[in-house]
Amino acid sequence: MADVAVLPEPLEEVAPPKGRHGSVAWILWIARRLGLAVLTLWLVSVLVFIATTALGDPIRAILGKDYNADKARVAQLTEQLNLNESAVKRYLDWLGGLLHGDLGTSIANQRPVGQLISSNVLNSFVLVLISAVVLIPVAFGIAMISANYRRKRPDTVIQTILLALAGLPEFVTGILLVALFSTTVFHWLPAVTIAGAGHPWDQPSVMVLPVATLVLAVAPYVSRIVRSTLLEVLDSDYVELARLKGIPEKVVLRKHALLNAVVPGIQVVSLQLAWLAGGVVFVETVFNYPGIGALLVDSVRNHDIPVVQALSMIIAGVYVVVNLIADLLSILLTPRSRTAISS
Amino acid sequence: MTNTVDTAVRQGQGIAIEGLRIGLTSRPGVDVVDDIDLVMRTGEVVGLVGESGSGKTTVGTALLGYTRAGAVFDGGKVLFEDRDVLALPWQQVRQLRGEEIAYVPQDPAAALNPSIRIGKQIVELMQLRGLGTAESRLAGARAGLAEVGLPNDDEFLSRYSHQLSGGQVQRVALAMAFLPRPKVLVLDEPTTGLDVTTQGMVLRTMGELCRSHGVAALYVTHDLAVVANIADRVAVMYAGQIVELGPKEQLFADPRHPYTRALLDSIPHLSQARALSGIPGRTPAPGARPGGCRFHNRCAYAIEECAKDTPALRDLAPAHQVRCIRAEEIGAWDISRGAVPDARPDRPRDVILSIENLGVFYGHKQVVFDVSFDVAKAEVVALVGESGSGKTTISRCVGGLHKEWTGRIGFEDRDLGHGSRARSAADRKRIQYIFQNPYLSLNPRLTIEQIVKRPMELFGIASGRQATDRVVELLDQVALGPAVLKYQANRLSGGERQRVAIARALAAEPDVLVCDEVTSALDVSVQGSIVALLESLRVERGISMLFVTHNLALVRSIAARVQILNGGRLVESGMVADVMDHPQEDYTKRLLANSPRID
Repeated sequence: MADVAVLPEPLEEVAPPKGRHGSVAWILWIARRLGLAVLTLWLVSVLVFIATTALGDPIRAILGKDYNADKARVAQLTEQLNLNESAVKRYLDWLGGLLHGDLGTSIANQRPVGQLISSNVLNSFVLVLISAVVLIPVAFGIAMISANYRRKRPDTVIQTILLALAGLPEFVTGILLVALFSTTVFHWLPAVTIAGAGHPWDQPSVMVLPVATLVLAVAPYVSRIVRSTLLEVLDSDYVELARLKGIPEKVVLRKHALLNAVVPGIQVVSLQLAWLAGGVVFVETVFNYPGIGALLVDSVRNHDIPVVQALSMIIAGVYVVVNLIADLLSILLTPRSRTAISS
Repeated sequence: MTNTVDTAVRQGQGIAIEGLRIGLTSRPGVDVVDDIDLVMRTGEVVGLVGESGSGKTTVGTALLGYTRAGAVFDGGKVLFEDRDVLALPWQQVRQLRGEEIAYVPQDPAAALNPSIRIGKQIVELMQLRGLGTAESRLAGARAGLAEVGLPNDDEFLSRYSHQLSGGQVQRVALAMAFLPRPKVLVLDEPTTGLDVTTQGMVLRTMGELCRSHGVAALYVTHDLAVVANIADRVAVMYAGQIVELGPKEQLFADPRHPYTRALLDSIPHLSQARALSGIPGRTPAPGARPGGCRFHNRCAYAIEECAKDTPALRDLAPAHQVRCIRAEEIGAWDISRGAVPDARPDRPRDVILSIENLGVFYGHKQVVFDVSFDVAKAEVVALVGESGSGKTTISRCVGGLHKEWTGRIGFEDRDLGHGSRARSAADRKRIQYIFQNPYLSLNPRLTIEQIVKRPMELFGIASGRQATDRVVELLDQVALGPAVLKYQANRLSGGERQRVAIARALAAEPDVLVCDEVTSALDVSVQGSIVALLESLRVERGISMLFVTHNLALVRSIAARVQILNGGRLVESGMVADVMDHPQEDYTKRLLANSPRID
């Protein structure tokens, strides 16, 4: 028994310093997350395929009451969609094509899907990207101002406005903006995108109102979440200590508080961006913006199965990638999780 | 007196609080603390002692010109050098903090920013103020860490607070506070939650630093025993006022305020078992404090006059002040008052619970190794050890809350199953568990009646009207009135909640109570009354107890036998008096040496 009565060392290590296996651990973590991402996309592909072609008779759905009248068209569609093959074979062919970048041929106008959707995908991507660049500083800035004045008048005013904006449907916001800036009150900005040969952003003023609408639609949520996390952090012992330690209030808010409040913000931003990427049909409709939302709705209406499948997969891919990036950022910004991986 | 204070402080000797009053913004006229006069001279450690709700932390942060949200300075001054801290604009107050007046927080694990490396946090203030160069600051940080006995290499500086142990975090906070060489230091319960050995080290480091750097320090704590080890002078606070103030020796040898005496009476001693007692009633919250002497409704010496006017803090002897009109009349006091004989070693034992070769695992990791001991009827056996020693783990195995164990737990003549599902209803009923934290162990949605009734219904002891009668009876036994029946737990104080938890355990009519640190979340006077309650249950009902604690002094007063654990192994065991008077193992000696004591 004497040999176990060693004196404890009160200062003993509780966390071993970062081991040399740190980078290996990171690679393993990323590999695992990528694997999960691929698995998710594969599951989505199965669901999309089943939902679009494997249930019922797609040709009957496409042709509607023409089905009995137009035998030639039925034969042609059967040929194009390979409906004579088994569902599994068709799925594998489709998946193989997908992996090789061959998205199939549109039923509606017989053009390759890739060519058909590429410009809309790019348009949507640029729209979301610009919105994100505007959204993040605006939302975080408002949250910080609001938290700084907690429960005083500026905070109340900001929160009321944010709540009102969050309650407005985005097409209402869009129409109001159009009325204000391009038609009724001022005539500063173009109301709609004139779909020409180039991209909408060739004429930057065209982008202003769609971006503003999207930011106004999403920023309230992000701002409110960041504000509530900030308030929680501002009540924490370490913020109190920072103040008692004599750190100027600006630095307390910017460094001690914000650093610990960004993570929930990142998660909300990522969900909102993914949602935007899925195509905000109303906004695209109001501004006549050639994005993927309107294209998806049209394709569904026309039963243009290859286009619907391709767009669904792209949207799913955006969700997966954005969430992966958000998780990675969250971990990098939370030392406790970061060191948990590398040790 | 005020004039001499002023002069001394103006000459740069420490800091003084004068006539401080802090109120609530929401309820004007209600004070959190009132009429506080306190001087801290250079190189002196003043202990500020009080129970929860006494306003001691409020006074501590007032020195830095800070109040928590909802509180507001109503009057008084904090004189530091030639300035009144409370009258300065906030930018200048912020400037004063850290450099001149520094603060060491209560729970440094929560008070260090989790996203900033500790090396950065230590030098942050000096960097922002532009004090020194980057190299000199880094050198200062390294020297500071060395001073508090921590490693100071780059690897350590680049850690985050979660990569440090509790003692290390506390020392980092100390080093951080000392780095800008402040003249005044406010320490807010900096050792709460630390093991005794760690606490001992932190206290020694702190005392050395205060004296070597000539710092005037205010040590805020609820623990009189800690104060006895570190402070030069002690101020005792009750309900927002200082009730007694004096040099440490005098205050502990001859306390003159009934509250100070009651507090001292509720502290267990290492050298002798005591019949601990609590203070009847509960500490009044701001706004609910009685007129006259604020302690009169709980005071054993109160007379009619006590309820009339608020007594002033008056000089009783040089430097010894007391806020009591009867201070001279309440007779002499003796520290060993209430001493009782230790449990008799030759008492016949009728073993009810026996633990043999217990090994406990969490997954593949073994945390308890080959532990054997037993508990007799109407006997209290204490399991003592520091955090991580496995004491709670063992008690959880006995209570059926953890099932990954090997060995044997025998109850009377049969073996107990692993985990409560593997045990018969009778076994489950007869062994009851009381948890450490009464704030978490009571369902917040149920009324007290429902909480206490539940075990009776579960084990078919009583139901309906009969059960309600028994609930009233049990609450009466734990000194709670029937008024609490319809309350939810959030209306009760910590001590009252723990009483409800004990009543719930008693409702099952158990033979063995497993008490897991049941008093560590409570004030010392409440601990006194809970211990008195448990002792009466043991004597009257013959209940056996497995009492888990880290407080050796408490063990002396409550237990007959003690098992000392270190790193999951039993280090020493035996009768409490034997082990504590003649410890055999180094580990036990070290625990005893580091335990703060007033006797």
